[in-house]
Amino acid sequence: MTADIAAILAIDGIATGAVYALVAIGTVLIFTVTRVIFIPFGDIAAFTALTLAALDAKQLPGTVGLVVVLACMACVMEVASLARTGELRAVPKAVLGYLVLPLIVVGIVWLTMRFNPPMPVRIVLALLLIMPISPLLDRIVFRPIADASVLLLLTVSVALHFALVGLGLLFFGPEGVRTEPLTSMAIEIAGVHVSGQTVLILTAALVFSGLLFLFFDFTLIGKALRATALNRTGARLMGIRPARAGTIAYLLGSLMAGVSGILIAPVNTIFYDSGFLLGLKAFVGAIVGGMASYPGAALGAFGVGIIESFASFQSSTLKDVIVFSLLIPVLLWRSLASQHSEEEVEE
Amino acid sequence: MTLQQIRLIAAAAIACLAAAPFVLNPFSITLLNYIGIYALAAIGLALLTGVGGIVSFGQAAFVGVAAYATAWATALNGYSPWLGLVLAVILTCSIAAILGFVTLRLGGHFLSLSTVAWGLAIAFLFGNIDGLGQHNGISGIPPISIGPVALVESRQIYFLIWAIVVAVLLVCYNLLDSRIGRAMRALRGGNTLVESLGISAFQIKLVTFVIAAFLGALSGWLYAHLGRFVSPGPFEAGMGIEYLMMAMVGGAGSILGGVVGAAIVTLLKNSVQDYLPLIARGASGQLEIVAFSALFILFLQRARQGIVPFLAGFLPDLKLSRPQAAAPLSRREQPPPGTLLLKVSEAQRRFGGLVAVNNVSFDVKSGEILGLIGPNGAGKTTMFNLLTGALRANSGEITFAGRSITRDQQFHIARSGISRTFQHVKLRPRMTLLDNVLLGTYSRTRTGLLTGALRLNQAEEASARYEALQQLERVGLGDKPFELAGNLPLGNQRVLEIARALAADPTLLVLDEPAAGLRRQEKLKLAELLRSLRADHLTILLVEHDMEFVMSLVDRIVVLDFGSKLCEGEPAAIRSDARVQEAYLGGVA
Amino acid sequence: MTQMFSIENVSVAYGKVEAVRNVSLSVEQGQIVTVIGPNGAGKTTLLMAAIGLLKSTGRMVFQGTDLARIDVEGRVERGLCLVPEKRELFADMSVADNLLLGTYSLRDRSTTRKSLDDVFDRFPRLKERSKQAAGTLSGGERQMLALGRALMAKPKLLVLDEPSLGLAPLIVREIFRTIASLRSLGVSVLLVEQNARAALETADFGYVLETGEIIQSGPAETLIHDPKLIAAYLGGH
Repeated sequence: MTADIAAILAIDGIATGAVYALVAIGTVLIFTVTRVIFIPFGDIAAFTALTLAALDAKQLPGTVGLVVVLACMACVMEVASLARTGELRAVPKAVLGYLVLPLIVVGIVWLTMRFNPPMPVRIVLALLLIMPISPLLDRIVFRPIADASVLLLLTVSVALHFALVGLGLLFFGPEGVRTEPLTSMAIEIAGVHVSGQTVLILTAALVFSGLLFLFFDFTLIGKALRATALNRTGARLMGIRPARAGTIAYLLGSLMAGVSGILIAPVNTIFYDSGFLLGLKAFVGAIVGGMASYPGAALGAFGVGIIESFASFQSSTLKDVIVFSLLIPVLLWRSLASQHSEEEVEE
Repeated sequence: MTLQQIRLIAAAAIACLAAAPFVLNPFSITLLNYIGIYALAAIGLALLTGVGGIVSFGQAAFVGVAAYATAWATALNGYSPWLGLVLAVILTCSIAAILGFVTLRLGGHFLSLSTVAWGLAIAFLFGNIDGLGQHNGISGIPPISIGPVALVESRQIYFLIWAIVVAVLLVCYNLLDSRIGRAMRALRGGNTLVESLGISAFQIKLVTFVIAAFLGALSGWLYAHLGRFVSPGPFEAGMGIEYLMMAMVGGAGSILGGVVGAAIVTLLKNSVQDYLPLIARGASGQLEIVAFSALFILFLQRARQGIVPFLAGFLPDLKLSRPQAAAPLSRREQPPPGTLLLKVSEAQRRFGGLVAVNNVSFDVKSGEILGLIGPNGAGKTTMFNLLTGALRANSGEITFAGRSITRDQQFHIARSGISRTFQHVKLRPRMTLLDNVLLGTYSRTRTGLLTGALRLNQAEEASARYEALQQLERVGLGDKPFELAGNLPLGNQRVLEIARALAADPTLLVLDEPAAGLRRQEKLKLAELLRSLRADHLTILLVEHDMEFVMSLVDRIVVLDFGSKLCEGEPAAIRSDARVQEAYLGGVA
Repeated sequence: MTQMFSIENVSVAYGKVEAVRNVSLSVEQGQIVTVIGPNGAGKTTLLMAAIGLLKSTGRMVFQGTDLARIDVEGRVERGLCLVPEKRELFADMSVADNLLLGTYSLRDRSTTRKSLDDVFDRFPRLKERSKQAAGTLSGGERQMLALGRALMAKPKLLVLDEPSLGLAPLIVREIFRTIASLRSLGVSVLLVEQNARAALETADFGYVLETGEIIQSGPAETLIHDPKLIAAYLGGH
């Protein structure tokens, strides 16, 4: 391997890593706030890419059907549980939040599509359409077992992933998509050719994680989210509802995953089931950060991207095996590093 | 119900199984074969997930490793399937041991996440290695031969499969009723509990993990020689969650649940494949996985307990006979009264900016009851955790029986003769009183995995059971040894913890606020019990908040306040000490 | 005086173990009421049920509203605030952020600045450390922060669980002075304490809880001179 090739591989890896980093940050966000290890996150990213591709092709994306179905289910469940506890006064609000709002989003997409909107608008539409999915899934799947152990939530989350893959095939079909490039310009850094797409990916990753940190530091809701992650009981005693914090976390996380899906779609062909690997690689990154630290997760994700890039140069068929095998030494390191703190948790 | 009746039912079930191939059609027999094979993997998960509380999504990968190992050995290299079995078991168990060694120290969800990752990696590997036929798999696997008979037909291999399932069930039930098995059942009570009994939680987790993989290996071996063909598909991540579903639907804490779960999921899947095309033509493949996942999620939301435990709730209680007198377990040599037993010097422990224990020193002499008292938040519990190894001191030294235990792990400290109880009672509520106390004998007995599973340890087991019964009688709970611990009132749960601690034959008994939450009558009885233990020359360290209780009981008192030692002395002197009254008795303002 | 908060025949059980049995008590507007009792008597359990963190049977009424269908957050929004025994601070966040989160339940946050200044006036130590992470504070400072954070929520009834726990006498005195001063703000207080003497000296009315049951109650003045209580909790002064 020459230095040139190494540089190209490294840049490639950093770009891939940036995509993983967005998903990894979303993963950590949702885990710390809701204790759910949200495996279907990669699926959300893949669905965003598929949605954008459908919009590009001037077709009504399958996401529309998915959102409508989920919204109806969530609404029925919420109303039923309100009826059970006798809080009928809250029903209109529930219908508004769980049914009307998602349907408005669907309506906006449906209306806008007729005017052949330009690329940036299509991207916004795809993101808008993808954002309700995770909060609705949260309501349908996780809310009824919010107090369960992390392990049970994880088991449910894995099952949910498989359900989503099936639904993905149903709503999007088996064809792979590759969206049109967002930019065709290219620059040269120290003699190495860097595509505009790569620059765009890096910029987007930086901007969106930067926005997230501003949100955490400068808004009360952002602080409430952090507080819920640090100490649920403490947060509840401040009047912060974990369910609400969870919804916000899912919305934000979906945005991150959606952006990553849009960024990766012009580079890789995306199928209905491409999300699993994307999500799992982001997880490897998140685990490097102990599922708790955002910078750690981002750093880990970049590491995964770079390793994957070099591994695919060595053996493209075994690159995934190499990435997942690398999880073992990472876990070993974490287990040695975290032994002490876990004793305190035990306390 | 008696043990005799259960044996009769089991015998009847086995007879039915044996008769099945002579009545059923070939298709049903094939179905039963697959149920048996899946059941083996599911039983492994029931042990790992249900009993040990370790959720693994990677069971399918272990099944796959075994299936590929035997396929490689037999189809590609022409060895006998029995050699394939040996290779499959060795390879699978070694991989499990390595993976377990790396991941089992981690918290629960890290471990489970890693099972997703390596499960995936292993499945990928099958599809990408040239020598293993890549995505086409390996065909032409020979049938298993027993003597001259080759098990070609599904009717023939049926007997082998179900004989193995029945044997595995039997061995697993024996195992869970043995020393190691009880330790496995204690795992869900948390590391602190397990280690306080002198059990290395890590070791037991590793053993459980390897057993689960071993059962997966049996399953994979049979799978390869039943279908005579392997490909990566059946060992992918999706199958991992299906095994988990079998174990959990059947009742994750129940071994039999593995079989029942495998049967239900397999039959359900079969009928779903039959009926889904009628509902949605063309899309049945996708809908199948959606329907299955949705059903599983619904199950996890609504009926986590599983089927077998649910049904077992309707059966009459099992009647067991009380343990008979047996040879006593060997006892520890107790140090002569009055010698220095425990020495704490300058122990310090900080939590962030908070100094919970600040340079505390004191001694405990053999044969005395020492009270460690102080107001709430004085650092008593932290001091207690330093002594038992639940926490490490930031500085200072703790010596027990002449040996430094400052850096020892909890289970080492427990084995060296310090037994403890917990302020917030840690019992296994679904285990009987006798089994809870038997946990205490762990460090005094030696029965290993195999001897326990094959019941070759009956002499020691009888001694341990008799010892446990004696300790139950000693604390006054001897009348109902087969009651479930969770059904006891709080006062008796505390006393049960003491019996469990005594079963370890400790040199030093450390009690964490044993009187908290007890009624007056219960406190008096507890004090009576502790006095009788002192009369038996046991050394007791009592961490307590209740002054009245401590004053009437102990020989000496150490008073902690704001993490530091305020003073130490005899009860009367402490009672009249002005500093103690100021700090402890609320003389503020 | 109007009734602020009342508990009628409340029981709380952990599985089969009943930790609180048939407890009734009430707090009037502007009153400081204390519940004293030994460790494990069920004091904390009672408060957890009052705030809604534990399920209970019986009736609880806060300012005329039955609390049966109101969750923890709803109770906080109505002005029923708990400072728990474990403080439950947000360890990795700054002192100032912890305090700001106290205002989360308020509809009108226009007075946040003033509330913050009030808390800093009351506890100057917190002002000095406002940028520091809450996890680095000492025990006394943590209690001040927990108390300050609750005051930011402008509570109508402040429920305090063992505010003196693990604190040096000087700080205990300061905390109790603060509690007494809440009267002038019109805040009612329900105070659970093992430091019985300090609690009774601060409170207007007291209840004694033992093994989950109220065994005695009366004006704090009377309880503090009760010979039986002196023997049991107040240490022969």
